[in-house]
Amino acid sequence: MADFLQILITAIAVGSLYALIALGYTMVYGILKFINFAHSDIFVLGAWTSLTASVCVITWLKLDTQQPPLWLAPVVLLCAMVVCGGVAFLVERLAYKPLRKSARLNVLITAIGVSLLLQNVGQLPGFTAAEKDGRSLATVPFGPSPSRMPSLLPDTSLISVPFPSGDPTIPAASVQVNLVDVFIFVSAMVLMFGLQHLVYRTKLGAAMRAVSFNTETASLMGVPVDRVMSFTFVTGAVLAAAAGFLYALKYPGLNQPAHEIWVLLGLKAFVAAVVGGIGNVRGAVLGGFLIALIEFMGMYLFSKYLDPLMGTNMGTNLRDVYVFSVLIVVLLVKPSGLLGTPVREKV
Amino acid sequence: MTWFSRSLSGPRSERSPASRGARNVLASVAALGACALALGMAPKSIMPSTPGDSMAPKPASGAPILVGHYGSLTGPEATFGQSTSEGIRLAFKEINAAGGIDGRPIELREYDTKGEPKEATLAVTRLIKSDKVVAVLGEVASGLSLAGGPVCQEAGVPMISPSSTNVRVTKVGDMIFRVCFIDPFQGSACAKFATGELKAKTAAMLYDQKAPYSVDLAKEFKRAFKKLGGDVVIEQTYTGGDGDFTTQLTSIRARKPDVLFVPGYYTDVGNIALQARKLGITCPMLGGDGWDSEKLAEVAGKAIEGSFYSNHYAPDQPDEQVQTFIAKYKADYKGKTPDGLAALGYDAAMILADSMKRAGSLDGKKLRDAIAATKDFKGVTGVITIDANRDAVKSAVIVEMKGSPLGPKYRATVTP
Repeated sequence: MADFLQILITAIAVGSLYALIALGYTMVYGILKFINFAHSDIFVLGAWTSLTASVCVITWLKLDTQQPPLWLAPVVLLCAMVVCGGVAFLVERLAYKPLRKSARLNVLITAIGVSLLLQNVGQLPGFTAAEKDGRSLATVPFGPSPSRMPSLLPDTSLISVPFPSGDPTIPAASVQVNLVDVFIFVSAMVLMFGLQHLVYRTKLGAAMRAVSFNTETASLMGVPVDRVMSFTFVTGAVLAAAAGFLYALKYPGLNQPAHEIWVLLGLKAFVAAVVGGIGNVRGAVLGGFLIALIEFMGMYLFSKYLDPLMGTNMGTNLRDVYVFSVLIVVLLVKPSGLLGTPVREKV
Repeated sequence: MTWFSRSLSGPRSERSPASRGARNVLASVAALGACALALGMAPKSIMPSTPGDSMAPKPASGAPILVGHYGSLTGPEATFGQSTSEGIRLAFKEINAAGGIDGRPIELREYDTKGEPKEATLAVTRLIKSDKVVAVLGEVASGLSLAGGPVCQEAGVPMISPSSTNVRVTKVGDMIFRVCFIDPFQGSACAKFATGELKAKTAAMLYDQKAPYSVDLAKEFKRAFKKLGGDVVIEQTYTGGDGDFTTQLTSIRARKPDVLFVPGYYTDVGNIALQARKLGITCPMLGGDGWDSEKLAEVAGKAIEGSFYSNHYAPDQPDEQVQTFIAKYKADYKGKTPDGLAALGYDAAMILADSMKRAGSLDGKKLRDAIAATKDFKGVTGVITIDANRDAVKSAVIVEMKGSPLGPKYRATVTP
């Protein structure tokens, strides 16, 4: 029971991250009608910018490395959002906008190109941004080695409930709700409700929905299509930046930017968007949580019940299999996604 | 003049500008001895176009002998390749300053594998086919040596892996050697230490299911641990690069092992240590030489304190040869303390040079025979004898992560 709850808590935290990333995929798809493969790299940029920014601020202002002041977290988050938003703006202007009139495949291939570019530029050996005793602590770009994000939040568990196991030979385990998990969940919720408000309650949101519904008609009605598209793109990137920041808080040992694990994380978020119904904002959030739950519960249930039966230990090996099987099932049963509306091709 | 040589352009490559070129790049060490030193230049990245003038002993001046190195200069195991490369360069610098091989300097050609098997194959092919090197040094990770080895074997070019411990590496063929111990020994050394010094009765294992090094080392540890009367109560796996280990660690926590054996590479080990401590797993962690990187302490911090790993050497060993090596290395690399990989890179390069001298020829077969005949070579990482399986027979040390700054400290020596 304790293990189950502990894993459930982790799944919710990771689900929040998937949801935040999935929102970016879904928004860009909804409006620009193409899959932005560079989106996961914006997420990585967010994580690494957070790391670099916090190391720099801590070193420059000579703050306590073990327990930096609390104001640092929002400053770093803002910094990551600005950097990611800026890069995404440039990407949209320089790489995607010139192709707006061309075939969709061209944009798709360009997106893959942009993704490779960001990954590899991200891990160029960079200029030293912060150093201590002659040792470089952070560089821009980020360099080819993994690095450690300073802990910006106090490392406390808010709730710790001991669970006696019932079996005297097995010691009691406790379920811990860590501050960082709560922080991830709350910030993700705030951002998602903010986005919900933006899309459904503001004029800009109405413009976004109009462009998504029919670009040409929207432009005839006086909606500044280009500006709306740029704005959507940047909003998605800002959410990815937040996800990157939160990821770095939870998993401080960051792999270098071109590590394949980042691509896999991005893919899972993309699966979340598709499962929820691509183009649908609520669907992306639902998909994010669903995918994380299936991934973690799959690992837990398989290794707890099936592995002992079969005498194997592959429950945790198959974590990606659970996720992608869900994709297959959803695509077979309801190709438009759980909350997606089926689109009829006009003949 | 600085020599740049880009890494092979794989599907997503093209990296590295000049800024930190010397690292990833092949700064050729040839002919650098006295001349560069006399000019007071950083020997790492500069290669004088004319060989040095008279100084005793006379530095090498003939046509350079090309030797290749393939290593993970970037990627998740980047410090492995970088350290090895630094060790190799230091060795060749010394050899060239002392006259090279019969008056000919050794020149290093080096390519990045990024920690990916397909890149390793490409790098070795390029070294052999286009650079025409006489011998190849590398890789660190066993999975990559297994990718590069067959290319060397087929071309008849001897390869010495400084630090791949997986048994299969030298089984590729009679051209493949190594100068480090092998995993069955490393696994039993860890098991001996766990049951002896740590008095462990039960162990849990968490290993990287995609890395041959990790899988086989776990297997060897389990075998030895059981033989010594211990019991492996739970085995869990992960995939290198995974961020979250909650599922594996909660299952492990429920079994309350005396020791947690994690034979992975340092980045993952750092993340595992952090999460294990957070989940309330307090038993010491134990691992293999894949932990050996200064990045481990950087990523894991306090979480890794009081954990142990088996290694090829410990920087605080009182041995005189070890201390001389450390002093020379520190002088060349901004006061950096060499890790085990650097020491092995140095030894591998020294053994290669020694064999070249004994072989009297650079022919692949003759060189191979000379390497195979290496006996009682006194290296930094111990006395090295190449056995019939082309593996090195030598002892291992167990180090503990402790002190301030946090780093590996010598704890015990385990002999074969």
